Amino acid sequence: MSAQIPAVRSTEQLREKWMKPEVITGSEILLRSLLLEGVECVFGYPGGAVLYIYDALYGFTDFHHLLTRHEQGAIHAADGYARASGKVGVCIATSGPGATNTVTGIATAYMDSVPLVVITGNVVSSLIGTDAFQEADITGITMPITKHSYLVRDVEDLPRVIHEAFHIANTGRKGPVLIDIPKDVSANKTLFEPSQTINLRGYHPTVVPNRLQLDKLASAIKEAERPVILAGGGVVYSGGHEALLEFVNRTEIPITTTLLGLGAFPSGHELWMGMPGMHGTYTANQSIQQSDLLINIGARFDDRVTGRLDGFAPKAKIVHIDIDPAEIGKNVKTDIPIVGDVKTVLELLNPLVGRADKADEWRAQINQSKQDKPFKYKDSDTVLKPQWVIELLNDTTNGEAIVTTDVGQHQMWAAQYYKFNQPRSWITSGGLGTMGFGFPSAIGAQMAHPERLVISINGDGGMQMCAQELAICAINKIPVKVVVINNQVLGMVRQWQELIYENRYSHIDLAGSPDFVKLAEAYGVKGLRATNKEEAKKVWQEAMETPGPVLVEFVVDKGENVYPMVTQGSTIDQMLMGDDEQ
Amino acid sequence: MMTSHTIAVLVNDQPGVLQRVSGLFGRRGFNIESITVGQSEEEGLSRMVIVTQGDDKTLEQIEKQLYKLIDVIKVVNLSSKPMVGRELALIKVKSEPAERPEIMGVVETFRAAVVDIGTNSMIVQVVGDTEKIDAMIELLHPYGIRELSRTGVTAMIRGNA
Repeated sequence: MSAQIPAVRSTEQLREKWMKPEVITGSEILLRSLLLEGVECVFGYPGGAVLYIYDALYGFTDFHHLLTRHEQGAIHAADGYARASGKVGVCIATSGPGATNTVTGIATAYMDSVPLVVITGNVVSSLIGTDAFQEADITGITMPITKHSYLVRDVEDLPRVIHEAFHIANTGRKGPVLIDIPKDVSANKTLFEPSQTINLRGYHPTVVPNRLQLDKLASAIKEAERPVILAGGGVVYSGGHEALLEFVNRTEIPITTTLLGLGAFPSGHELWMGMPGMHGTYTANQSIQQSDLLINIGARFDDRVTGRLDGFAPKAKIVHIDIDPAEIGKNVKTDIPIVGDVKTVLELLNPLVGRADKADEWRAQINQSKQDKPFKYKDSDTVLKPQWVIELLNDTTNGEAIVTTDVGQHQMWAAQYYKFNQPRSWITSGGLGTMGFGFPSAIGAQMAHPERLVISINGDGGMQMCAQELAICAINKIPVKVVVINNQVLGMVRQWQELIYENRYSHIDLAGSPDFVKLAEAYGVKGLRATNKEEAKKVWQEAMETPGPVLVEFVVDKGENVYPMVTQGSTIDQMLMGDDEQ
Repeated sequence: MMTSHTIAVLVNDQPGVLQRVSGLFGRRGFNIESITVGQSEEEGLSRMVIVTQGDDKTLEQIEKQLYKLIDVIKVVNLSSKPMVGRELALIKVKSEPAERPEIMGVVETFRAAVVDIGTNSMIVQVVGDTEKIDAMIELLHPYGIRELSRTGVTAMIRGNA
């Protein structure tokens, strides 16, 4: 099962070697600085402006470099690596088109607060601003989608810049940082002295919350009759899942986890209500709307969660815990703002809170609702239902796999029917909704966890946006199980066109797509296909037993819709349940 | 309620910092009425003074979003306190020799100055708060304004604050 990834020599062993002050090139400084930051694996693609960097990488074995087939694959893989490991993902691309090919991936990471350090080459300093060959103002282009960026003008600055970049990327509200290195800077030599201190006057994330606010929350819990917890990606990113479990066990407040919060809380827990929002559970949405105390823990009140804002949680006192003060009050007016790191906040909060005693009736009501209104679909014996496929994946892996998804219907079904129990097991582009993310991010996740089962669930649309990375799975024997839920259509677009645009199906037909099994085989990856339940069980079993990478295509019902659904402009309790179709 | 706010932003004097700040305003839909940038009391830091329109919620978001920029050290809402706000305008006004004394009269009343005289125009320099400059422009309008250049507001809190 495990990837053929050679063991990395330990940082401690090599630290002395890397730390040694020596006159070396900017490229060597870059590599040593990456090592000192604990980097084990980078994803990249060479080109003219990074030739010195790749020359320094020649024969270099202290960390892995995975050569992708497209810079977009590299950046999404770095993202998947970061989400799965909690470490900073690193991507290298050349100037101009190499750099601009990372833009979608940078925006994806920015929207979901994923720590990345993106290293781009640039043309030599004297040519910057002259429209030189393969020149692009990548720091300018990425300014709105990076947490910070650097254009390094002097090789002397490199150690400090790299150290700062890693610090900025992986503290506070995490995010991508771009370092643009002109070709001459990567060639110039200087005395390398590792940078060990951080001196950023304008950057001091608030980690420890205001005690007064915690007390307010503790008393609000005591008084609440209909409390609800809304937990998001911040729980995962802060490592606060255990503290969250304790918080829920102490207060016995029903909890819903957002798309990015899946895995932050065990799905088997009796107080878990599933996911809220556009395709969330009936119970999660209704309970938010009826609640008198809504405790948001590390979520950002995204529009896919809130639905129509002016009708969102109308009766609730709103508590918002977030590391980013700008999120508090941005979308929803907040009564008790708590700025801080989610894990730190919860650990300080836990000794102060007790059981929400006035909420017994509420718990019973929610319990009943969960039983009355589970996710459901109409199964079939003639065609494969996509939901059934996800249930198959879930049942055969006990919810223990790392699952990455692309974007669209399959993503929502995976979120609904795969039952996560551990953080960092669910990797999906939530904020940006990036098609082409699902497969390469799985490669990164597998590099982070060579020993774990990694399943990448894709639609037939998104699979074709980064399919070229099948090559690196085959070459490096990266054993990702690539699932293609093939309905031969851009399903989520089709669903909106059916429900909102009166069946005017415009440019959604993906018929004529390649034979995915043959495509996999062309890359040297085993390909399997299933069109009914028997085949599905059989080929999935075969895939699980295959040590290397496998692509499994499940040909499913074309007309299936994701339900429940809250249409845009509705409040989240106005849900289309799809009952007439089921 | 939409009101005008004057905020001072202390930033690292780094290449691209103006782009970071102005880009933030642009993409978040915050309006910029004027922006001035220059050296501050500390080497390596610049101070921007931005005049913006918006309600309290927008202003709160502006401050918070500015603080998210790594190069931003400090944000102060100057207009929430008693402040001195000044801008400078250069106004090239049409003036045939016969009209000059009349225009000079207006200039003196405003304690402005004539800084250049051409054959049929002169440049008037006026310093003051925005209202004063608006008034000056209005008064010079009938003579014909050929060119107008305003610096935008720079400002400070009064007293020891």
